[in-house]
Amino acid sequence: MSSKQPLNDLVVQVRRDIVRMVHKVNSGHPGGSLGCTEFLVALYNEIMEVKEEFEMDGIGEDLFFLSNGHISPVFYSVLARKGYFPVEELGTFRLINSRLQGHPTTHEGLPGVRIASGSLGQGMSVALGAAQAKKLNKDTHLVYTLHGDGELQEGQNWEAIMYAGAKKVDNLISTIDYNGQQIDGSTKEVLDMGDLRAKFEAFGWDVLDIEKGNDLDAIISGMSEAKAKTGKGKPVCVLLHTVMGHGVDFMMGTHEWHGKAPNDEQLASALAQNAETLGDY
Amino acid sequence: MKKYTYTEKKDTRSGFGAGLAELGRTNDKVVALCADLTPSLKMGDFIKENPERFFQIGIAEANMMGIAAGLTIGGYIPFTGTFANFSTGRVYDQIRQSIAYSGKNVKICASHAGVTLGEDGATHQILEDIGLMKMLPGMTVINPCDYNQTKAATIAIAEHEGPVYLRFGRPSIPIFTPADQKFEIGKAVMFNEGTDVTIIATGHLVWEAIQAGEALAEKGISAEIINIHTIKPLDEEAILKSVAKTGCVVTCEEHNYLGGLGESVSGLLATKLPAPQEFVATMDTFGESGTPAQLMDKYGLNSAAIIEKVEKVMARK
Repeated sequence: MSSKQPLNDLVVQVRRDIVRMVHKVNSGHPGGSLGCTEFLVALYNEIMEVKEEFEMDGIGEDLFFLSNGHISPVFYSVLARKGYFPVEELGTFRLINSRLQGHPTTHEGLPGVRIASGSLGQGMSVALGAAQAKKLNKDTHLVYTLHGDGELQEGQNWEAIMYAGAKKVDNLISTIDYNGQQIDGSTKEVLDMGDLRAKFEAFGWDVLDIEKGNDLDAIISGMSEAKAKTGKGKPVCVLLHTVMGHGVDFMMGTHEWHGKAPNDEQLASALAQNAETLGDY
Repeated sequence: MKKYTYTEKKDTRSGFGAGLAELGRTNDKVVALCADLTPSLKMGDFIKENPERFFQIGIAEANMMGIAAGLTIGGYIPFTGTFANFSTGRVYDQIRQSIAYSGKNVKICASHAGVTLGEDGATHQILEDIGLMKMLPGMTVINPCDYNQTKAATIAIAEHEGPVYLRFGRPSIPIFTPADQKFEIGKAVMFNEGTDVTIIATGHLVWEAIQAGEALAEKGISAEIINIHTIKPLDEEAILKSVAKTGCVVTCEEHNYLGGLGESVSGLLATKLPAPQEFVATMDTFGESGTPAQLMDKYGLNSAAIIEKVEKVMARK
């Protein structure tokens, strides 16, 4: 058994949570959620130092901000299975009176969420504020973010990217879910962003690629490298090369499952490919 | 009838600058952000005394609103500074999602509101900002009337937990409220009691309302002059009490009648105490270049316009 078996089990269970959550309400975003499952599992369970009890101010712990809020299914599942709230609550996703809104929010008081996201392009700015607050508080913990690659088409990101480089916000690690897909097609077809590494570097960032963005070992080693790059006068960007829909064969590598739920038959197939490990909610 | 006089004129933005500087000395959680307009926002003293608590964002207001939201997460009380247009319309979605919906304790401080910014013209003269901000759930909206009230409001909002929109302006106007006033968010200020008509004013129009009240007294009309500095939450009790007595109301603001203080008063009266109302406000129009006095005259935002509307509303009683 690999030393990563518990994390592997968690990844498979989170995948099951994702497809079951979106299937139940026939809505939500499985593609990007599945593509970032290994990353968020690794981040919360291997990379970040977080307190058991959720406190909004996050002083003395690492912070994470999800900018591409539509991948809420994976975020909620990882948070619940980390112990922020009962796993059973995943069954309320997108239902009336739920804390698990379609897109994450602080409004309903869900532990683990520090900002609302959904309207794209805002997460990095918020993270910059939190990172600056950490510096003022002499708190050496780090701030992590996740963004879709298509999301970088939103101009506010480039305000934030310019600021982070110019102001040397070097306690920030921003990861780009580099799957090359967005709603209307591939990012190249919709609005080609060109050479993202060169762009971030030109704005004063230290950039590293994780080529195998759905491989736990590659993620953990890449993110450890990213951590080692902090505190050196530059913000750190991770280009995480992922496959949208990873782990469910018929959802993989296509933008078609960006915002579509599986039907009963498709759900059965997805679950058969990911046998229950830690127990369904 | 109380007489109001003044010995000095100052811009309300300087009241903000003075209040912020005082907060810098008394509250170490207060931080300030600016999008390349520190002299216009009079933030110099705060910056000089607290350089580590000031964030120069550059000309990037969307980023500024997000950074402010993030600073609250570390326990700080951020005051953002830029022109009213760039504090609201330009960054509405950022305020909506990252500040209002997220319930962040950000103080959005907005100068050069309304037509009195003058010669720069309509691109900079926002007349829709009160409406934009008051529609956001949980947002407190304040538009003080002179230097002293603006300074007091700036200090008061630091103690209030939750997002606040503080609106002030560029022109020098009389200082007629006391320097030692206690600013109570959501509490109307009675300037003169009267029996024939209620005049409710906010911001730069309060001094004009006081002037109008004196002129009306000479014509034998007893006007009650109420300053509503907090448009949201509205001091409903004060307004209803006054209108119950006078039976009619004129609302006065340097803002579009759609979405402004007048509209909030109408909503209140329609449900609780229907009464004739007239609006001293801009009438669904953009502004233009000119001196502040020329613009206030052209757009019907001075004491002469108030007097006209008082006569009109009293005829409708």
